[in-house]
Amino acid sequence: MDNIIGEPKKAFMTGNETVAWACLAAGADIMFGYPITPQNEVMHYWTRLAPKYNRGFLQTEDELSAGFTTCGAVQAGKKAFTATAGPGNVLMQEPFGMAEAMRLPLLAVIQQRGGPSSGTVVYSQQEVTLTTYGGNGEGHRIVYSTATHQEIYDYVIKGFNTAWKYRFPTFILGDGYQAKMREPLEMYDPKDKGIEMTPAYPLIGVPGQIGKDREPQHLCNIYSLEEELYDVVMKVAAEYEAIAPGLVEYESKYCEGAEIIIVSHGVVSRAADDAVKILRNQGIKAGYFRPITLRPFPQQQLRQCIAQSNAKQLLIAESAYGQLERLIKQEIYGETIKIDNLFMPGVGIIDFDIINKVKSII
Amino acid sequence: MAMLAPATPKSWYLPSKPHKFCPGCGHGITLKALGEAIDELGIQQNTIFGCDIGCSLLAWNFFACDSTQTHHGRTTPVMVGIKRARPELISIGYMGDGGGYSIGSQHLLNSAVRNEKVTLILVNNTNYGMTGGQMAPTTLPGQITETSPYGRDVEATGYPTRGPEFIAELTPEGAYVARATVSKYKQLRRFIRNAIRNQMEGNGFSFVEVLSTCPTNWRTNAQQTWNFLEEKMEEYFPVGEIKNPLGKGDK
Repeated sequence: MDNIIGEPKKAFMTGNETVAWACLAAGADIMFGYPITPQNEVMHYWTRLAPKYNRGFLQTEDELSAGFTTCGAVQAGKKAFTATAGPGNVLMQEPFGMAEAMRLPLLAVIQQRGGPSSGTVVYSQQEVTLTTYGGNGEGHRIVYSTATHQEIYDYVIKGFNTAWKYRFPTFILGDGYQAKMREPLEMYDPKDKGIEMTPAYPLIGVPGQIGKDREPQHLCNIYSLEEELYDVVMKVAAEYEAIAPGLVEYESKYCEGAEIIIVSHGVVSRAADDAVKILRNQGIKAGYFRPITLRPFPQQQLRQCIAQSNAKQLLIAESAYGQLERLIKQEIYGETIKIDNLFMPGVGIIDFDIINKVKSII
Repeated sequence: MAMLAPATPKSWYLPSKPHKFCPGCGHGITLKALGEAIDELGIQQNTIFGCDIGCSLLAWNFFACDSTQTHHGRTTPVMVGIKRARPELISIGYMGDGGGYSIGSQHLLNSAVRNEKVTLILVNNTNYGMTGGQMAPTTLPGQITETSPYGRDVEATGYPTRGPEFIAELTPEGAYVARATVSKYKQLRRFIRNAIRNQMEGNGFSFVEVLSTCPTNWRTNAQQTWNFLEEKMEEYFPVGEIKNPLGKGDK
């Protein structure tokens, strides 16, 4: 692979630019995209970089097409990705469903904007349900919720590898703040961090002569019988569940002896981290838990965190009206800990919001 | 007396034969023409065949070519994605009139405008066959379907889509655009072959609409079926090459 970055180096840039550089460094072959705020600059930077490194780009007629062209390119054996947000994410659930069904390792970057509908072009965490369980399927996909530009860079590279290693569609769930703000990060070529990139390989147009070396590849995505589909879905579910324990990622801090654990994800976890430190300075024993993978969800780890801390309360803070909360409740069913929430749909959350909420409920 | 079996294209996948189309359906004729064209051009090994949802899906394992499926209307972007990723492959999309002209029309239109180097074959049988015979964009004025039980009312639902004509308007030089019919087999095969050659030569978007038959949903006998195709459909939808960058005289 090309030496893209050279020596690991510090950079100061927007999250969208970070996505483009990370895709380049990860060896992405082609991007398909359609304009929607706040992900546009992913395309802007990619279209500037791609020709210099012999990578491809197509601006399609809509997000349906961007998703399906990505599926086609992946079937043909190329590392393909797309980026979208909001109503574009809604449209892309159709091709993402195909990727789930046919096990197509596409990578999609979702920069969440306000919803429902056209909502705002600014920011939210309201695409959690859609990104984890959208489409007419079972949510057999991998979703990383990033919080910093360094994580965007790291998880884009990791995401391509997870996708191609396990053949599940993989998502980098960011948001408008992460997309648009600038912050420092370190860029690197994967090999300089000892990361080996999983090679791509085709499902169609494969080597060997048909009728002599091999049978033709007839990829199937629709079934005649209930039982045929059942077998396929159960096999996918079993494979997904088998790899899930190795895929889950989370962060947990100050949980031991905590009275209250604040659970958040993505950029809100940065406010939660600050809030916990301030609360601790003020003598309030607050703990911090952050799922990095929303699919699969680190449910065992959250249960352990609750058990070990003896905390009496969980505070779920999110820039949505309970999307993370629903995910958590289904994952930790049976726990008796009291659950409170700080729902600020489509609005940013700062440490102050969380501190105030904690003080009002303990 | 020895029976003379009809010649089978080399590119057909024999374990999937006999095929699953209804008796009297035009898909079999179209796919035979496509198979012979693939044979003549010697491209079986590097052709990717992609079919839409609907009756065209029954062709998913029709050829001994690598093949894929997607969702209703989305064959065009999948085939475009394959071609963009691997330009050395011959990318052939196969769809019906509902998939191409209705739910997937934005893809058809924009890939035509972009002059994507793919070949699309759209089978027009004036209705949605697989779902039980609903009105399609191509249903003729007055034609009875399940969702136009009193006949298609053009005041309420507009006139039938003339696909090749609008695609010819949208495409730049280099595109190949034609309408064939299963009633003229040699011409059908020639048009399909030209549409593939045009992709192979890198000229541009290549599109063939094929007028076809659907006796099951038309509720017609053999004679009525053929009459509807040759008299009604071929009158409304003129057959011929609208754009052919390969030049005249290709027989």
